[in-house]
Amino acid sequence: MLGWGVDFLRAEMNRLLALLFHQGVLDEQFLQLQQLQDESSPNFVSEVITIYFSESEKLLRNLRMLLMDRELSDYKKMEIHLNQMMGSSSSIGAKRVRNVCVAFRAASEQSNHAGCLRALELLEHEYCYLKNKLHELFQIEQQRALASGVRYPAQHD
Amino acid sequence: MGMAAAESRFHVLAVDDNIIDRKLIERLLKTSSYQVTTVDSGSKALEFLGLHEDDRSNSVSPSISTNNHHQELEVNLIITDYCMPGMTGYDLLKKIKESSSLRDIPVVIMSSENVPARISRCLEEGAEEFFLKPVRKSDLNRLRPHVMKAVSKDQKQEKHEEEKQEEKEIKSQKHQEQQQQQHQQQLSPRPSGNSKRKAMEENLSPDRTRPRYSDIAAVV
Repeated sequence: MLGWGVDFLRAEMNRLLALLFHQGVLDEQFLQLQQLQDESSPNFVSEVITIYFSESEKLLRNLRMLLMDRELSDYKKMEIHLNQMMGSSSSIGAKRVRNVCVAFRAASEQSNHAGCLRALELLEHEYCYLKNKLHELFQIEQQRALASGVRYPAQHD
Repeated sequence: MGMAAAESRFHVLAVDDNIIDRKLIERLLKTSSYQVTTVDSGSKALEFLGLHEDDRSNSVSPSISTNNHHQELEVNLIITDYCMPGMTGYDLLKKIKESSSLRDIPVVIMSSENVPARISRCLEEGAEEFFLKPVRKSDLNRLRPHVMKAVSKDQKQEKHEEEKQEEKEIKSQKHQEQQQQQHQQQLSPRPSGNSKRKAMEENLSPDRTRPRYSDIAAVV
């Protein structure tokens, strides 16, 4: 028997969402994503976010690799990766991550290696924060679904 | 049954190199009751549409599931991202408008960047709409008039051609029947001739074209 009531959990979720909105971590697009989820596609949000996580981590790894060599950094390639990450982040409503990508791209266009490194650090930090918060959100959602007696499909990270 | 099938399911081809955006546009379109095929490049889009230099009409990449000749897989609208590696959305738009078989399919462009010169270039080249990403459900409401216009144009052409054909058949049928009647007053007309004529008369009603269209839709 779960200790948390459905109402409490819903309130928790709303509180976390409100915080993330307030911090500018998420924007309205995230709500659009939630609205696309329904009985015919009950796991849509988590499916999209899961893809977003794996794509982003790949891109971040690539960016780090590209910046390892100070002399021969391939800025064009970096910009391609950044555009991908910008697009994806914008599409799921990850506003802060997207904004860091914009700054990163500006540094890359100027072939500013130090600037790019700083931007990458910031990007990794923002991404980490987003990922943690979204996981929190999904956990609360799972608990709420269980508490309301809905069978929730097993979520693998 | 015919009426219900005709209401359902226009088919949209969505083109985007970004996997998240593909998933998003697919879901958006499906919730607006479209049938959707997604591809990740302009060249795959052309392949799907049957535009191929080698004219390999039966060789379709495994990621696209179809068991029909490409001509029968009707696409009612194409929505494509602008920024794609290799063939851009603009390049794809041009190729479609240059093709006699594809130029009537409405094309919509999407872009994450608001560049007025880009937008007007696309519209001049024949794009029906230009959506800024991220695309919203409300944007999709702007699609329907373009799809309906293209579809009704097809139906009018079809109906016109069918009526012409039927007129010809009726004329020759009448002629034959007159000759028969002279010989066979007592006997009832041959069943095949009579039912054929009756069927043709029924077919002259406008409803008939809708079941025809739905047959194509059912194949899709």
